[in-house]
Amino acid sequence: MRKKSVANYIVNVLLFALMFICMIPVIWMIRTAFIRQDLALDLFAVSMPTLDNFRRVLDAAPFFKYYGNTLFITVGVLLVQFVLITMAGYVFARIDFYGSNFLFVLFLSQMMIAPEVLILPNYTLMSRLGLTDTRIGIMLPFFTSAMGTLIVRQTIKTIPYELEEAARADGANLLQILVMVYVPLLRSAYLTFGMISVSYQWNNFLWPLVMTDSVANRPLSLGLAMFAMSYETGAQWSDVSAATLLVCAPLLIAFILFQRQFVESFMHSGIK
Amino acid sequence: MKNQTVDTSMQSTVARAVRMKWKRTVKAWLLLAPALFFLFVFTLYPVAQSLYSSLFRDNLSTIKPVFIGLDNYKALLKDPVFRECFRNNLLIAVVTIPLCMGLAVILATISNRLTRGVSLVRLGFIYPTFIPLVAAANIWMFIYTPIYGLLGYINPSWRFLADGKTAIWALIVMLIWKNTGYIMLFYIAGLHGIDKELYEAARIDGATETQMFTKITWPMLQATNIYVLIIVLTNAYKMVDHLYIMTKGGPGNATNMLLFYIYQTGFDYWDTGKASAITVILVLMMLIITSVNFFTSDRKAFYND
Repeated sequence: MRKKSVANYIVNVLLFALMFICMIPVIWMIRTAFIRQDLALDLFAVSMPTLDNFRRVLDAAPFFKYYGNTLFITVGVLLVQFVLITMAGYVFARIDFYGSNFLFVLFLSQMMIAPEVLILPNYTLMSRLGLTDTRIGIMLPFFTSAMGTLIVRQTIKTIPYELEEAARADGANLLQILVMVYVPLLRSAYLTFGMISVSYQWNNFLWPLVMTDSVANRPLSLGLAMFAMSYETGAQWSDVSAATLLVCAPLLIAFILFQRQFVESFMHSGIK
Repeated sequence: MKNQTVDTSMQSTVARAVRMKWKRTVKAWLLLAPALFFLFVFTLYPVAQSLYSSLFRDNLSTIKPVFIGLDNYKALLKDPVFRECFRNNLLIAVVTIPLCMGLAVILATISNRLTRGVSLVRLGFIYPTFIPLVAAANIWMFIYTPIYGLLGYINPSWRFLADGKTAIWALIVMLIWKNTGYIMLFYIAGLHGIDKELYEAARIDGATETQMFTKITWPMLQATNIYVLIIVLTNAYKMVDHLYIMTKGGPGNATNMLLFYIYQTGFDYWDTGKASAITVILVLMMLIITSVNFFTSDRKAFYND
Protein backbone atom coordinates (compact mmCIF):
# COMPACT_ATOMS: atom_id res chain seq x y z
CA MET A 1 0.00 0.00 0.00
CA ARG A 2 2.76 2.34 1.02
CA LYS A 3 4.67 1.89 -2.21
CA LYS A 4 1.51 2.64 -4.15
CA SER A 5 0.87 5.93 -2.42
CA VAL A 6 4.43 7.07 -3.10
CA ALA A 7 3.96 6.22 -6.77
CA ASN A 8 0.68 8.06 -6.75
CA TYR A 9 2.35 11.07 -5.23
CA ILE A 10 5.04 11.12 -7.90
CA VAL A 11 2.44 10.80 -10.63
CA ASN A 12 0.49 13.72 -9.22
CA VAL A 13 3.57 15.90 -8.92
CA LEU A 14 4.42 15.14 -12.54
CA LEU A 15 0.85 15.93 -13.55
CA PHE A 16 0.94 19.35 -11.91
CA ALA A 17 4.41 20.07 -13.28
CA LEU A 18 3.20 19.29 -16.80
CA MET A 19 0.14 21.43 -16.21
CA PHE A 20 2.37 24.31 -15.20
CA ILE A 21 4.44 23.93 -18.35
CA CYS A 22 1.26 23.87 -20.37
CA MET A 23 0.17 27.13 -18.73
CA ILE A 24 3.42 29.01 -19.35
CA PRO A 25 2.26 30.48 -22.68
CA VAL A 26 -0.89 31.99 -21.22
CA ILE A 27 0.90 33.26 -18.11
CA TRP A 28 3.55 34.82 -20.34
CA MET A 29 0.91 36.46 -22.51
CA ILE A 30 -1.06 37.89 -19.59
CA ARG A 31 2.08 39.17 -17.90
CA THR A 32 3.30 40.87 -21.09
CA ALA A 33 -0.11 42.37 -21.80
CA PHE A 34 -0.21 44.20 -18.48
CA ILE A 35 3.42 45.24 -18.09
CA ARG A 36 4.82 48.63 -18.96
CA GLN A 37 5.84 48.67 -22.60
CA ASP A 38 9.50 49.49 -21.94
CA LEU A 39 9.84 46.49 -19.60
CA ALA A 40 8.20 43.93 -21.86
CA LEU A 41 11.45 42.36 -23.02
CA ASP A 42 12.87 41.88 -19.56
CA LEU A 43 11.76 38.52 -18.17
CA PHE A 44 12.30 39.45 -14.54
CA ALA A 45 10.96 42.99 -14.65
CA VAL A 46 8.05 43.76 -12.40
CA SER A 47 5.79 46.75 -12.70
CA MET A 48 2.37 47.83 -11.56
CA PRO A 49 -0.17 46.34 -13.98
CA THR A 50 -1.08 48.91 -16.57
CA LEU A 51 -3.89 49.20 -19.11
CA ASP A 52 -1.83 51.43 -21.40
CA ASN A 53 -1.13 48.58 -23.81
CA PHE A 54 -4.82 47.91 -24.26
CA ARG A 55 -5.52 51.59 -24.77
CA ARG A 56 -2.89 51.79 -27.53
CA VAL A 57 -4.22 48.64 -29.20
CA LEU A 58 -7.78 49.91 -29.25
CA ASP A 59 -6.59 53.21 -30.68
CA ALA A 60 -4.53 51.51 -33.37
CA ALA A 61 -7.03 48.96 -34.69
CA PRO A 62 -10.84 48.71 -34.77
CA PHE A 63 -11.08 45.77 -32.39
CA PHE A 64 -14.64 46.62 -31.36
CA LYS A 65 -15.68 46.34 -34.98
CA TYR A 66 -13.90 42.96 -35.17
CA TYR A 67 -15.69 41.85 -32.00
CA GLY A 68 -19.02 42.81 -33.51
CA ASN A 69 -18.26 40.85 -36.68
CA THR A 70 -17.11 37.74 -34.85
CA LEU A 71 -20.12 37.89 -32.55
CA PHE A 72 -22.48 38.30 -35.49
CA ILE A 73 -20.90 35.40 -37.38
CA THR A 74 -20.65 33.11 -34.35
CA VAL A 75 -24.19 33.67 -33.08
CA GLY A 76 -25.70 33.60 -36.56
CA VAL A 77 -24.01 30.33 -37.47
CA LEU A 78 -24.93 28.80 -34.12
CA LEU A 79 -28.63 29.66 -34.35
CA VAL A 80 -28.99 28.16 -37.82
CA GLN A 81 -26.96 25.13 -36.78
CA PHE A 82 -29.18 24.49 -33.75
CA VAL A 83 -32.29 24.34 -35.92
CA LEU A 84 -30.70 22.18 -38.60
CA ILE A 85 -28.92 19.71 -36.30
CA THR A 86 -32.10 19.24 -34.25
CA MET A 87 -34.14 18.30 -37.31
CA ALA A 88 -31.42 16.18 -38.90
CA GLY A 89 -30.40 14.53 -35.61
CA TYR A 90 -34.03 13.64 -34.92
CA VAL A 91 -34.46 12.10 -38.35
CA PHE A 92 -31.34 9.94 -38.06
CA ALA A 93 -32.19 8.87 -34.52
CA ARG A 94 -35.88 8.11 -34.85
CA ILE A 95 -37.08 7.66 -38.40
CA ASP A 96 -36.65 4.46 -40.39
CA PHE A 97 -36.78 5.63 -44.00
CA TYR A 98 -35.54 4.88 -47.50
CA GLY A 99 -32.06 6.23 -48.09
CA SER A 100 -31.22 6.67 -44.40
CA ASN A 101 -27.87 4.89 -44.57
CA PHE A 102 -26.88 6.66 -47.76
CA LEU A 103 -27.73 10.10 -46.38
CA PHE A 104 -26.02 9.33 -43.10
CA VAL A 105 -22.76 8.47 -44.84
CA LEU A 106 -23.17 11.65 -46.92
CA PHE A 107 -23.41 13.63 -43.68
CA LEU A 108 -20.40 11.88 -42.21
CA SER A 109 -18.39 12.82 -45.28
CA GLN A 110 -18.70 16.43 -44.18
CA MET A 111 -16.93 15.51 -40.95
CA MET A 112 -14.13 13.99 -42.98
CA ILE A 113 -13.76 16.80 -45.51
CA ALA A 114 -13.01 19.81 -43.38
CA PRO A 115 -14.54 23.00 -44.85
CA GLU A 116 -11.08 24.62 -44.74
CA VAL A 117 -9.89 22.29 -47.48
CA LEU A 118 -12.53 23.67 -49.82
CA ILE A 119 -11.53 27.34 -49.55
CA LEU A 120 -10.78 27.64 -53.25
CA PRO A 121 -13.98 26.18 -54.78
CA ASN A 122 -16.10 27.82 -52.09
CA TYR A 123 -14.45 31.15 -52.76
CA THR A 124 -15.13 30.74 -56.49
CA LEU A 125 -18.75 29.96 -55.66
CA MET A 126 -19.07 32.96 -53.37
CA SER A 127 -17.62 35.33 -55.93
CA ARG A 128 -20.11 34.01 -58.48
CA LEU A 129 -22.90 34.67 -55.97
CA GLY A 130 -21.46 38.10 -55.23
CA LEU A 131 -21.01 37.20 -51.56
CA THR A 132 -17.27 37.75 -51.12
CA ASP A 133 -16.42 40.22 -48.41
CA THR A 134 -19.78 39.72 -46.69
CA ARG A 135 -20.45 38.21 -43.30
CA ILE A 136 -23.21 35.98 -44.64
CA GLY A 137 -20.73 34.60 -47.15
CA ILE A 138 -18.37 33.71 -44.32
CA MET A 139 -21.20 31.99 -42.45
CA LEU A 140 -22.91 29.95 -45.18
CA PRO A 141 -20.51 26.96 -45.46
CA PHE A 142 -20.93 26.18 -41.75
CA PHE A 143 -24.71 25.98 -41.51
CA THR A 144 -24.81 22.20 -41.83
CA SER A 145 -22.78 20.47 -39.16
CA ALA A 146 -22.24 16.73 -39.31
CA MET A 147 -20.71 16.72 -35.87
CA GLY A 148 -23.66 18.56 -34.35
CA THR A 149 -26.08 16.22 -36.11
CA LEU A 150 -24.19 13.27 -34.70
CA ILE A 151 -24.21 14.66 -31.16
CA VAL A 152 -27.97 15.35 -31.29
CA ARG A 153 -28.66 11.96 -32.82
CA GLN A 154 -26.71 10.10 -30.14
CA THR A 155 -28.42 12.09 -27.38
CA ILE A 156 -31.92 11.53 -28.78
CA LYS A 157 -31.23 7.80 -28.84
CA THR A 158 -30.80 7.89 -25.07
CA ILE A 159 -34.22 9.55 -24.60
CA PRO A 160 -37.09 7.07 -24.07
CA TYR A 161 -39.33 6.85 -27.12
CA GLU A 162 -42.36 6.67 -24.80
CA LEU A 163 -42.09 10.43 -24.22
CA GLU A 164 -42.66 11.08 -27.89
CA GLU A 165 -45.51 8.56 -28.05
CA ALA A 166 -47.20 10.13 -25.04
CA ALA A 167 -46.98 13.58 -26.62
CA ARG A 168 -48.34 12.18 -29.86
CA ALA A 169 -51.25 10.57 -28.00
CA ASP A 170 -51.99 14.02 -26.59
CA GLY A 171 -52.29 15.25 -30.16
CA ALA A 172 -48.94 17.00 -30.49
CA ASN A 173 -47.61 17.43 -34.02
CA LEU A 174 -44.01 16.91 -35.04
CA LEU A 175 -42.97 20.51 -34.48
CA GLN A 176 -44.51 20.48 -31.01
CA ILE A 177 -42.83 17.18 -30.20
CA LEU A 178 -39.45 18.54 -31.25
CA VAL A 179 -39.83 21.81 -29.36
CA MET A 180 -41.64 20.57 -26.25
CA VAL A 181 -40.22 17.07 -25.79
CA TYR A 182 -36.76 16.99 -27.31
CA VAL A 183 -35.33 20.50 -27.18
CA PRO A 184 -35.44 20.71 -23.36
CA LEU A 185 -33.79 17.30 -23.06
CA LEU A 186 -31.07 18.22 -25.54
CA ARG A 187 -29.67 20.97 -23.34
CA SER A 188 -26.34 19.30 -22.67
CA ALA A 189 -26.00 18.34 -26.33
CA TYR A 190 -26.59 21.99 -27.28
CA LEU A 191 -24.13 23.25 -24.70
CA THR A 192 -21.45 20.81 -25.85
CA PHE A 193 -21.94 21.53 -29.50
CA GLY A 194 -22.37 25.25 -28.80
CA MET A 195 -18.94 25.47 -27.21
CA ILE A 196 -17.39 23.46 -30.04
CA SER A 197 -19.07 25.60 -32.69
CA VAL A 198 -18.32 28.92 -30.99
CA SER A 199 -14.66 28.08 -30.50
CA TYR A 200 -14.54 26.88 -34.10
CA GLN A 201 -15.83 30.20 -35.43
CA TRP A 202 -13.66 32.15 -33.00
CA ASN A 203 -10.68 30.16 -34.34
CA ASN A 204 -11.69 30.38 -37.96
CA PHE A 205 -9.00 32.13 -39.95
CA LEU A 206 -8.16 30.88 -43.42
CA TRP A 207 -11.70 31.18 -44.77
CA PRO A 208 -12.30 34.76 -43.56
CA LEU A 209 -8.77 35.57 -44.76
CA VAL A 210 -9.62 34.76 -48.35
CA MET A 211 -13.19 36.06 -48.11
CA THR A 212 -12.73 39.54 -46.67
CA ASP A 213 -10.77 42.48 -47.91
CA SER A 214 -12.19 45.22 -45.77
CA VAL A 215 -12.28 46.07 -42.09
CA ALA A 216 -16.06 46.11 -42.28
CA ASN A 217 -16.44 42.33 -42.32
CA ARG A 218 -13.18 41.15 -40.78
CA PRO A 219 -13.53 38.87 -37.73
CA LEU A 220 -11.33 39.02 -34.63
CA SER A 221 -8.91 36.24 -35.57
CA LEU A 222 -8.10 37.97 -38.82
CA GLY A 223 -7.95 41.42 -37.24
CA LEU A 224 -5.48 40.09 -34.71
CA ALA A 225 -3.28 38.57 -37.40
CA MET A 226 -3.27 41.83 -39.38
CA PHE A 227 -2.41 43.73 -36.21
CA ALA A 228 0.39 41.35 -35.23
CA MET A 229 1.83 41.35 -38.75
CA SER A 230 2.26 45.11 -38.60
CA TYR A 231 4.73 44.59 -35.74
CA GLU A 232 7.58 42.42 -36.86
CA THR A 233 10.01 43.34 -34.12
CA GLY A 234 9.89 42.45 -30.47
CA ALA A 235 9.58 46.07 -29.40
CA GLN A 236 5.78 46.06 -29.44
CA TRP A 237 5.28 42.74 -27.72
CA SER A 238 3.25 44.28 -25.00
CA ASP A 239 0.82 45.60 -27.62
CA VAL A 240 0.58 42.31 -29.45
CA SER A 241 0.08 40.52 -26.14
CA ALA A 242 -2.67 42.90 -25.16
CA ALA A 243 -4.38 42.39 -28.53
CA THR A 244 -4.01 38.62 -28.27
CA LEU A 245 -5.50 38.68 -24.79
CA LEU A 246 -8.40 40.79 -26.05
CA VAL A 247 -9.14 38.11 -28.62
CA CYS A 248 -8.76 35.13 -26.29
CA ALA A 249 -10.35 36.55 -23.16
CA PRO A 250 -14.08 36.05 -23.90
CA LEU A 251 -13.80 32.32 -24.58
CA LEU A 252 -11.26 31.75 -21.81
CA ILE A 253 -13.44 33.53 -19.26
CA ALA A 254 -16.52 31.65 -20.47
CA PHE A 255 -14.65 28.39 -20.14
CA ILE A 256 -13.36 29.21 -16.64
CA LEU A 257 -16.84 30.22 -15.46
CA PHE A 258 -18.74 27.34 -17.00
CA GLN A 259 -16.05 24.68 -16.92
CA ARG A 260 -18.03 22.32 -14.69
CA GLN A 261 -21.22 22.57 -16.75
CA PHE A 262 -19.28 22.31 -19.96
CA VAL A 263 -17.32 19.21 -19.00
CA GLU A 264 -20.45 17.62 -17.54
CA SER A 265 -22.49 18.35 -20.64
CA PHE A 266 -19.70 16.80 -22.67
CA MET A 267 -20.07 13.67 -20.56
CA HIS A 268 -23.83 13.53 -20.92
CA SER A 269 -24.06 14.35 -24.58
CA GLY A 270 -23.87 11.47 -27.00
CA ILE A 271 -20.07 11.61 -27.20
CA LYS A 272 -18.74 8.52 -25.51
CA MET B 1 -51.21 -3.42 -36.00
CA LYS B 2 -51.55 -5.86 -33.16
CA ASN B 3 -55.25 -6.51 -33.77
CA GLN B 4 -55.02 -7.57 -37.35
CA THR B 5 -57.99 -9.67 -38.31
CA VAL B 6 -57.44 -13.06 -39.86
CA ASP B 7 -58.80 -12.07 -43.26
CA THR B 8 -56.20 -9.33 -43.73
CA SER B 9 -53.96 -10.86 -46.29
CA MET B 10 -50.21 -10.81 -45.85
CA GLN B 11 -49.86 -8.76 -49.01
CA SER B 12 -51.95 -5.84 -47.89
CA THR B 13 -50.00 -5.74 -44.62
CA VAL B 14 -46.76 -5.54 -46.53
CA ALA B 15 -48.20 -2.94 -48.88
CA ARG B 16 -49.36 -0.93 -45.91
CA ALA B 17 -45.93 -1.14 -44.29
CA VAL B 18 -44.29 0.00 -47.52
CA ARG B 19 -46.78 2.84 -47.84
CA MET B 20 -46.07 3.89 -44.27
CA LYS B 21 -42.36 3.78 -44.91
CA TRP B 22 -42.73 5.94 -47.99
CA LYS B 23 -44.71 8.40 -45.88
CA ARG B 24 -41.92 8.43 -43.30
CA THR B 25 -39.38 8.80 -46.08
CA VAL B 26 -41.05 11.94 -47.41
CA LYS B 27 -41.19 13.37 -43.88
CA ALA B 28 -37.53 12.49 -43.22
CA TRP B 29 -36.26 13.99 -46.46
CA LEU B 30 -38.28 17.15 -45.86
CA LEU B 31 -36.78 17.54 -42.39
CA LEU B 32 -33.30 16.95 -43.78
CA ALA B 33 -33.83 19.22 -46.77
CA PRO B 34 -32.27 22.42 -45.37
CA ALA B 35 -29.22 20.63 -43.96
CA LEU B 36 -28.86 18.64 -47.18
CA PHE B 37 -29.09 21.82 -49.22
CA PHE B 38 -26.12 23.43 -47.45
CA LEU B 39 -24.24 20.14 -47.42
CA PHE B 40 -24.70 19.83 -51.13
CA VAL B 41 -23.89 23.44 -52.05
CA PHE B 42 -20.88 23.95 -49.78
CA THR B 43 -19.33 20.51 -49.46
CA LEU B 44 -20.32 18.17 -52.28
CA TYR B 45 -20.60 20.64 -55.15
CA PRO B 46 -17.22 22.27 -54.29
CA VAL B 47 -15.55 18.85 -54.36
CA ALA B 48 -17.02 18.22 -57.82
CA GLN B 49 -16.06 21.73 -58.90
CA SER B 50 -12.44 21.17 -57.81
CA LEU B 51 -12.33 17.89 -59.66
CA TYR B 52 -13.52 19.68 -62.81
CA SER B 53 -11.22 22.72 -62.46
CA SER B 54 -8.23 20.49 -61.79
CA LEU B 55 -8.43 19.28 -65.41
CA PHE B 56 -7.79 22.76 -66.81
CA ARG B 57 -4.83 25.03 -67.10
CA ASP B 58 -6.25 28.11 -65.42
CA ASN B 59 -3.71 30.64 -64.18
CA LEU B 60 -2.67 34.23 -64.73
CA SER B 61 -0.97 33.40 -68.02
CA THR B 62 -4.05 31.87 -69.63
CA ILE B 63 -6.91 34.02 -70.84
CA LYS B 64 -9.40 31.21 -70.96
CA PRO B 65 -9.07 27.87 -69.08
CA VAL B 66 -7.60 25.20 -71.36
CA PHE B 67 -8.44 21.53 -70.91
CA ILE B 68 -5.24 19.63 -70.16
CA GLY B 69 -6.50 16.35 -68.71
CA LEU B 70 -4.37 15.11 -65.85
CA ASP B 71 -1.39 17.38 -66.55
CA ASN B 72 -1.89 19.34 -63.32
CA TYR B 73 -1.60 16.12 -61.36
CA LYS B 74 1.41 14.97 -63.32
CA ALA B 75 3.09 18.32 -62.69
CA LEU B 76 2.34 18.05 -58.97
CA LEU B 77 4.05 14.67 -58.73
CA LYS B 78 7.23 16.37 -59.94
CA ASP B 79 6.69 19.57 -57.93
CA PRO B 80 9.28 19.61 -55.12
CA VAL B 81 7.19 22.02 -53.03
CA PHE B 82 4.17 19.74 -53.22
CA ARG B 83 6.28 16.76 -52.21
CA GLU B 84 7.76 18.64 -49.31
CA CYS B 85 4.29 19.72 -48.12
CA PHE B 86 3.12 16.15 -48.45
CA ARG B 87 6.04 14.89 -46.36
CA ASN B 88 5.45 17.58 -43.74
CA ASN B 89 1.78 16.71 -43.47
CA LEU B 90 2.66 13.07 -43.05
CA LEU B 91 5.29 13.83 -40.42
CA ILE B 92 2.90 16.04 -38.47
CA ALA B 93 0.18 13.40 -38.59
CA VAL B 94 2.49 10.57 -37.59
CA VAL B 95 3.99 12.51 -34.69
CA THR B 96 1.09 14.53 -33.32
CA ILE B 97 -1.71 11.95 -33.55
CA PRO B 98 -0.27 9.26 -31.25
CA LEU B 99 1.25 11.83 -28.92
CA CYS B 100 -1.95 13.86 -28.58
CA MET B 101 -4.12 10.80 -28.12
CA GLY B 102 -1.73 9.10 -25.73
CA LEU B 103 -1.19 12.20 -23.62
CA ALA B 104 -4.89 13.01 -23.63
CA VAL B 105 -6.02 9.59 -22.47
CA ILE B 106 -3.34 9.42 -19.78
CA LEU B 107 -4.04 12.93 -18.53
CA ALA B 108 -7.78 12.28 -18.50
CA THR B 109 -7.32 9.04 -16.56
CA ILE B 110 -4.92 10.51 -14.00
CA SER B 111 -6.84 13.74 -13.51
CA ASN B 112 -10.03 11.74 -12.97
CA ARG B 113 -8.50 10.03 -9.95
CA LEU B 114 -7.43 13.23 -8.24
CA THR B 115 -9.17 13.89 -4.96
CA ARG B 116 -8.73 17.63 -5.28
CA GLY B 117 -7.73 20.08 -7.96
CA VAL B 118 -9.61 18.26 -10.74
CA SER B 119 -11.04 21.48 -12.19
CA LEU B 120 -7.71 23.25 -11.97
CA VAL B 121 -5.92 20.47 -13.81
CA ARG B 122 -8.62 20.30 -16.46
CA LEU B 123 -8.47 24.05 -16.88
CA GLY B 124 -4.70 23.97 -17.18
CA PHE B 125 -4.72 21.40 -19.96
CA ILE B 126 -7.91 22.26 -21.82
CA TYR B 127 -7.61 26.05 -22.06
CA PRO B 128 -5.51 26.02 -25.29
CA THR B 129 -8.63 24.66 -27.05
CA PHE B 130 -10.23 28.04 -26.59
CA ILE B 131 -7.30 30.06 -27.88
CA PRO B 132 -7.54 30.70 -31.62
CA LEU B 133 -4.65 29.18 -33.52
CA VAL B 134 -3.53 32.59 -34.84
CA ALA B 135 -3.52 33.92 -31.28
CA ALA B 136 -1.59 30.87 -30.15
CA ALA B 137 0.87 31.57 -32.95
CA ASN B 138 1.42 35.10 -31.58
CA ILE B 139 2.07 33.77 -28.10
CA TRP B 140 4.45 31.09 -29.31
CA MET B 141 6.36 33.66 -31.30
CA PHE B 142 7.18 35.28 -27.96
CA ILE B 143 8.53 31.93 -26.87
CA TYR B 144 10.53 31.02 -29.97
CA THR B 145 11.90 34.40 -31.06
CA PRO B 146 15.69 34.32 -30.65
CA ILE B 147 17.33 36.40 -27.90
CA TYR B 148 14.16 38.15 -26.67
CA GLY B 149 11.86 35.13 -26.63
CA LEU B 150 11.22 33.09 -23.53
CA LEU B 151 13.57 30.34 -24.73
CA GLY B 152 16.11 33.05 -25.53
CA TYR B 153 16.64 33.42 -21.80
CA ILE B 154 17.87 29.83 -21.68
CA ASN B 155 20.05 30.04 -24.76
CA PRO B 156 20.08 33.24 -26.85
CA SER B 157 21.44 31.46 -29.92
CA TRP B 158 18.50 29.06 -30.33
CA ARG B 159 16.73 29.80 -33.59
CA PHE B 160 14.25 26.99 -33.84
CA LEU B 161 11.95 28.65 -36.37
CA ALA B 162 14.71 29.89 -38.64
CA ASP B 163 16.36 26.50 -39.00
CA GLY B 164 14.84 24.23 -41.62
CA LYS B 165 15.58 21.15 -39.53
CA THR B 166 14.00 22.29 -36.27
CA ALA B 167 11.21 24.61 -37.46
CA ILE B 168 8.66 21.88 -38.05
CA TRP B 169 9.39 20.31 -34.66
CA ALA B 170 8.90 23.66 -32.97
CA LEU B 171 5.50 23.87 -34.63
CA ILE B 172 4.67 20.28 -33.69
CA VAL B 173 5.27 21.10 -30.01
CA MET B 174 2.81 23.96 -30.33
CA LEU B 175 0.22 21.80 -32.10
CA ILE B 176 0.41 19.18 -29.37
CA TRP B 177 -0.05 21.90 -26.75
CA LYS B 178 -3.03 23.22 -28.70
CA ASN B 179 -4.78 19.91 -29.45
CA THR B 180 -4.26 17.65 -26.46
CA GLY B 181 -6.80 19.42 -24.25
CA TYR B 182 -9.54 19.13 -26.82
CA ILE B 183 -8.95 15.40 -27.18
CA MET B 184 -8.80 15.13 -23.40
CA LEU B 185 -12.37 16.44 -23.24
CA PHE B 186 -13.57 13.54 -25.36
CA TYR B 187 -11.71 11.06 -23.19
CA ILE B 188 -13.09 12.58 -19.99
CA ALA B 189 -16.56 12.07 -21.47
CA GLY B 190 -15.62 8.55 -22.58
CA LEU B 191 -14.24 7.60 -19.16
CA HIS B 192 -17.42 8.85 -17.58
CA GLY B 193 -19.35 6.30 -19.63
CA ILE B 194 -17.45 3.33 -18.21
CA ASP B 195 -19.24 1.39 -15.50
CA LYS B 196 -17.42 1.91 -12.18
CA GLU B 197 -18.30 -1.61 -11.09
CA LEU B 198 -15.87 -2.99 -13.63
CA TYR B 199 -13.03 -1.36 -11.73
CA GLU B 200 -14.40 -2.55 -8.39
CA ALA B 201 -14.52 -6.11 -9.67
CA ALA B 202 -11.02 -5.84 -11.09
CA ARG B 203 -9.71 -4.41 -7.82
CA ILE B 204 -11.19 -7.31 -5.88
CA ASP B 205 -9.45 -9.66 -8.27
CA GLY B 206 -6.20 -7.90 -7.46
CA ALA B 207 -5.63 -6.17 -10.81
CA THR B 208 -2.90 -3.52 -10.99
CA GLU B 209 -3.51 0.01 -12.25
CA THR B 210 -1.78 -0.79 -15.52
CA GLN B 211 -3.87 -3.91 -16.02
CA MET B 212 -7.05 -1.99 -15.33
CA PHE B 213 -6.03 0.56 -17.93
CA THR B 214 -5.14 -1.94 -20.65
CA LYS B 215 -7.91 -4.45 -19.91
CA ILE B 216 -10.82 -2.15 -19.01
CA THR B 217 -10.26 1.51 -19.76
CA TRP B 218 -8.71 1.29 -23.21
CA PRO B 219 -11.10 -1.35 -24.66
CA MET B 220 -14.08 0.53 -23.24
CA LEU B 221 -12.90 3.70 -24.97
CA GLN B 222 -13.09 2.24 -28.48
CA ALA B 223 -16.20 4.25 -29.38
CA THR B 224 -14.50 7.46 -28.21
CA ASN B 225 -11.44 6.57 -30.24
CA ILE B 226 -13.42 6.67 -33.48
CA TYR B 227 -14.53 10.25 -32.84
CA VAL B 228 -11.11 11.23 -31.63
CA LEU B 229 -9.28 9.68 -34.55
CA ILE B 230 -11.44 11.54 -37.07
CA ILE B 231 -10.81 14.78 -35.20
CA VAL B 232 -7.05 14.37 -34.89
CA LEU B 233 -6.72 13.14 -38.45
CA THR B 234 -8.60 16.07 -39.93
CA ASN B 235 -6.83 18.46 -37.56
CA ALA B 236 -3.45 17.19 -38.73
CA TYR B 237 -4.31 18.39 -42.23
CA LYS B 238 -6.35 21.50 -41.62
CA MET B 239 -4.44 23.32 -38.87
CA VAL B 240 -2.31 25.77 -40.83
CA ASP B 241 -3.36 29.19 -39.52
CA HIS B 242 -0.21 29.49 -37.43
CA LEU B 243 1.94 29.27 -40.55
CA TYR B 244 0.57 32.62 -41.67
CA ILE B 245 2.03 34.26 -38.56
CA MET B 246 5.02 32.14 -37.70
CA THR B 247 6.83 30.90 -40.79
CA LYS B 248 4.74 31.41 -43.95
CA GLY B 249 5.66 27.82 -44.66
CA GLY B 250 9.40 28.53 -44.47
CA PRO B 251 12.30 28.50 -44.12
CA GLY B 252 12.16 27.42 -47.74
CA ASN B 253 9.15 25.15 -47.51
CA ALA B 254 10.34 23.29 -44.43
CA THR B 255 7.09 23.90 -42.53
CA ASN B 256 4.73 24.27 -45.44
CA MET B 257 1.61 22.10 -45.53
CA LEU B 258 -0.80 21.07 -48.27
CA LEU B 259 -3.64 23.31 -47.16
CA PHE B 260 -1.36 26.32 -46.87
CA TYR B 261 0.07 25.46 -50.27
CA ILE B 262 -3.49 25.50 -51.65
CA TYR B 263 -3.87 28.97 -50.17
CA GLN B 264 -0.58 30.15 -51.64
CA THR B 265 -1.18 28.60 -55.05
CA GLY B 266 -4.80 29.68 -55.31
CA PHE B 267 -4.74 33.10 -53.71
CA ASP B 268 -1.15 34.35 -54.05
CA TYR B 269 -0.28 32.96 -57.49
CA TRP B 270 -3.86 32.59 -58.73
CA ASP B 271 -3.09 29.22 -60.30
CA THR B 272 -6.62 27.86 -60.00
CA GLY B 273 -6.00 24.66 -61.94
CA LYS B 274 -3.06 23.59 -59.82
CA ALA B 275 -4.70 24.63 -56.54
CA SER B 276 -7.79 22.63 -57.52
CA ALA B 277 -5.67 19.57 -58.16
CA ILE B 278 -4.08 19.89 -54.69
CA THR B 279 -7.57 20.33 -53.22
CA VAL B 280 -8.73 17.12 -54.89
CA ILE B 281 -5.70 15.22 -53.62
CA LEU B 282 -6.20 16.52 -50.08
CA VAL B 283 -9.91 15.66 -50.13
CA LEU B 284 -9.11 12.17 -51.39
CA MET B 285 -6.46 11.70 -48.70
CA MET B 286 -8.85 12.75 -45.97
CA LEU B 287 -11.62 10.53 -47.29
CA ILE B 288 -9.36 7.52 -47.63
CA ILE B 289 -7.72 7.91 -44.24
CA THR B 290 -10.90 8.60 -42.33
CA SER B 291 -12.93 5.91 -44.04
CA VAL B 292 -10.24 3.30 -43.49
CA ASN B 293 -10.38 4.26 -39.84
CA PHE B 294 -14.17 4.29 -39.92
CA PHE B 295 -14.74 1.00 -41.69
CA THR B 296 -12.05 -0.97 -39.92
CA SER B 297 -13.15 0.08 -36.48
CA ASP B 298 -16.24 -0.91 -34.61
CA ARG B 299 -18.99 1.05 -36.29
CA LYS B 300 -21.36 0.66 -33.38
CA ALA B 301 -20.46 4.13 -32.20
CA PHE B 302 -22.10 5.54 -35.27
CA TYR B 303 -24.89 3.15 -36.04
CA ASN B 304 -26.16 2.10 -32.64
CA ASP B 305 -26.74 3.94 -29.44
